[in-house]
Amino acid sequence: MHVSVAAEKIFSIFGIPISNTVLTAWVAVFLLAFFSYLATKRMQTVPRGMQNFFEWAIESLFGLVESFFGDRKQTLKFFPLVATFFFFILVSNWMGLLPGFGSIGFYEHETFVPYFRSATADLNTTLAFAMISVIITQIAGIMALGFFHYGKKFFNFSSPINFFVGLLELISEFAKIISFSFRLFGSVFAGEVLMVVITGLVPYVIPLPFLGLEIFIGGLQALVFVLLTVVFIKIATTEMAH
Amino acid sequence: MPELKFIAVAFAIGVAGFGAAFGIGRIVAQAIDSTGRNPEAGGKIFNMMILGAALVEAIAIYALVLSFMMLK
Repeated sequence: MHVSVAAEKIFSIFGIPISNTVLTAWVAVFLLAFFSYLATKRMQTVPRGMQNFFEWAIESLFGLVESFFGDRKQTLKFFPLVATFFFFILVSNWMGLLPGFGSIGFYEHETFVPYFRSATADLNTTLAFAMISVIITQIAGIMALGFFHYGKKFFNFSSPINFFVGLLELISEFAKIISFSFRLFGSVFAGEVLMVVITGLVPYVIPLPFLGLEIFIGGLQALVFVLLTVVFIKIATTEMAH
Repeated sequence: MPELKFIAVAFAIGVAGFGAAFGIGRIVAQAIDSTGRNPEAGGKIFNMMILGAALVEAIAIYALVLSFMMLK
């Protein structure tokens, strides 16, 4: 059984190694851009077809995000970031379930290297998303409260206890990066390993409920990533209670 | 002794799985309870339950990823 935690390199461009997850991420980006183009060419006031479907998806997500933010202006400010995260993570998670992912590849030194692997099954991708999310949260807090007022949350010299609380807050910001990245990576990677093991044991019929589980987990993890980002932005931009 | 790593992996996953299952069970039990008391707030309670369950499940996923690395 050949499961490697790290993504495998398949070729290089001008000396930069390209792994199978990078290739899949390009395919996901191309798919999203192509469907966005299809949905927005010749837009009509009464939507039909592809435009209708995308309007429903974006309106549902907007409603959900607004119910967490509680404030429409803030939702409008952060919705592009949040919706991009959601759709890219969702498409990446679900693409790993298509036939051919993990099974079509080549042999290199007796280990099997698949050509395609879900983009979020690579710790690099999820780490990048987590860092973007946490850094945007800090920027949102600074924009809403001002640099020094926001900094007082972490460096609070009024009393020794508050100083340690501030230090813990700082450490917890870094812990959020680890937590975000490992949650997403672990779900998708463990899902891939589970599919390989189950399909290796009983290839017919039995993988079906596991595929259903994978679809559910993929959707749930995308939603959770987005909701947690929203919640942390909301916490960072509210005035601290004294 | 390379066989000990299997015991380590099993122990890690076992304890993490127990902790996660216990935590999520409590979260969902409280969610069901409070939805029974206040059915109108059902939507909000469901959203918070999903969020809470994902936070708890993340801990079990850390253990899973570490155990994959230990198995190498």
